Amino acid sequence: MAAFVEKVLEIAQRYWPLFWAGTKVTLLISLTGTIIGLAIGLLVGSVRAVKVEPRDGLGTRVVKQLIHALTSIYIEVFRGTPMIVQSVFLYYLLKPVFNWKPTVAGIFIVSVNTGAYMAEIIRAGIQSVDQGQTEAARSIGMTPMQTMFLVVLPQAIKNSFPAIGNEFVVNIKDSSVLSAISVTDLYFQSIGVAGSIFLFTQTMTVTASIYLVLTFTTTRILGLIEKRMGRPRSSFPASQTVPGNPTF
Amino acid sequence: MENIIEIRGLKKHFDKLEVLNDIQFSVAPGEVICLIGASGSGKSTLLRCVNLLETPDAGEILVHGQNILQGRMDVNQYRTKVGMVFQSFNLFANMDVLKNCMVGQTHVLHRSKEEAREKALYFLQKVGMKDFLLASPAQLSGGQKQRVAIARALCMDPEVLLFDEPTSALDPEMVGGVLEVMKDLAREGLTMIVVTHEMGFAREVSTRVVFMDKGVIAEEGSPEEIFQNPQNPRTREFLSRYIQS
Repeated sequence: MAAFVEKVLEIAQRYWPLFWAGTKVTLLISLTGTIIGLAIGLLVGSVRAVKVEPRDGLGTRVVKQLIHALTSIYIEVFRGTPMIVQSVFLYYLLKPVFNWKPTVAGIFIVSVNTGAYMAEIIRAGIQSVDQGQTEAARSIGMTPMQTMFLVVLPQAIKNSFPAIGNEFVVNIKDSSVLSAISVTDLYFQSIGVAGSIFLFTQTMTVTASIYLVLTFTTTRILGLIEKRMGRPRSSFPASQTVPGNPTF
Repeated sequence: MENIIEIRGLKKHFDKLEVLNDIQFSVAPGEVICLIGASGSGKSTLLRCVNLLETPDAGEILVHGQNILQGRMDVNQYRTKVGMVFQSFNLFANMDVLKNCMVGQTHVLHRSKEEAREKALYFLQKVGMKDFLLASPAQLSGGQKQRVAIARALCMDPEVLLFDEPTSALDPEMVGGVLEVMKDLAREGLTMIVVTHEMGFAREVSTRVVFMDKGVIAEEGSPEEIFQNPQNPRTREFLSRYIQS
């Protein structure tokens, strides 16, 4: 046991520049991928929340249904196939077009994959905002777009923040599949180290520890942000909302 | 005087249920119309048809003589003229009280921030909520929320204000404050259509009472006519149940 721990520490010490380089790539890809994925999700999710209305003309109706069908296909395909398959497929499919580096391809794949999940998260968030507020917004003359951006989306994002944050944590771990297209992330670097010294269990102990530190820290930070968001938006103390209260 | 709104032959059904059947209804400036009737009689649906939150199946809604159900009518523009106060308040939860009253003015009517703020302050003062500008809706009681909702609607300078059971979701001790605000508005000559179960309010404030039953207007008239001398047996039955309970 002591020998095992010793070996693990030795590997960490000796190869830390490689682990560190891999960690940076992992963080870069998962963070950028989550942010772009969120942007895709916001767009697709809010477009999908637009319903066909009885007053819509034939043209509007057809366009809305077409968009709905296309986004459904996107979501089903990307949620229903493994990201490792998506990465190899898209990397080689689009290589002649973009002539891209694996890291860039990795960010693209994580973004598009995350976007599919985010779209469903945002759609659920939109549905969690009660319909009455939409009616109220429409009743003062807001357009469907204004209603979405001024009233519904801010609340939808807040309501689905835990799920959005969770996608980031998932991406930190799942970006490891990008080693299939030789993205030099933490896992790719680790497997290189392990293969050269032929100590797989010991090396993966280092790797797992780094992943754990990343996900644990991220979860804590997200939890703190969530707590702050949970407070009433203004700094107006609740006691002051009661007239006649001594502190008023 | 010319009617602001004139409804002719309005029909609406949800699936197989006939909710409104051939409604004729008009609103003149300064009228305070109370819609009364049992639950499911179609009063709320009628109100929601007036600002097109529900789309009628058939009929005409003439606003200053122009049919809003026909052609390329700008629904959003029309809705700014017809305010609505809901049973469940429906304040925007992501905005404070002041913002709730300003957002429509700045984004729909394109007023300047200063002008919108001034107007919001004026109406919040009027409904007695000026001390709560920065409170979020979650911090307010039901009665306070409803008064803010009324101020929000008034800020758009509507020609007609619709109330959909504005006091039904309130604790009994909150009802009075909201009804007071509504009475003030009625006295100042605001045109109002109120769906309500508050018979006292209907009797005291309205200029016309409309009794709805099973999707039709069964009887309408002055409060005296409806409450003291109802002609339709259904009206009598409905009111007697109210007086008993």
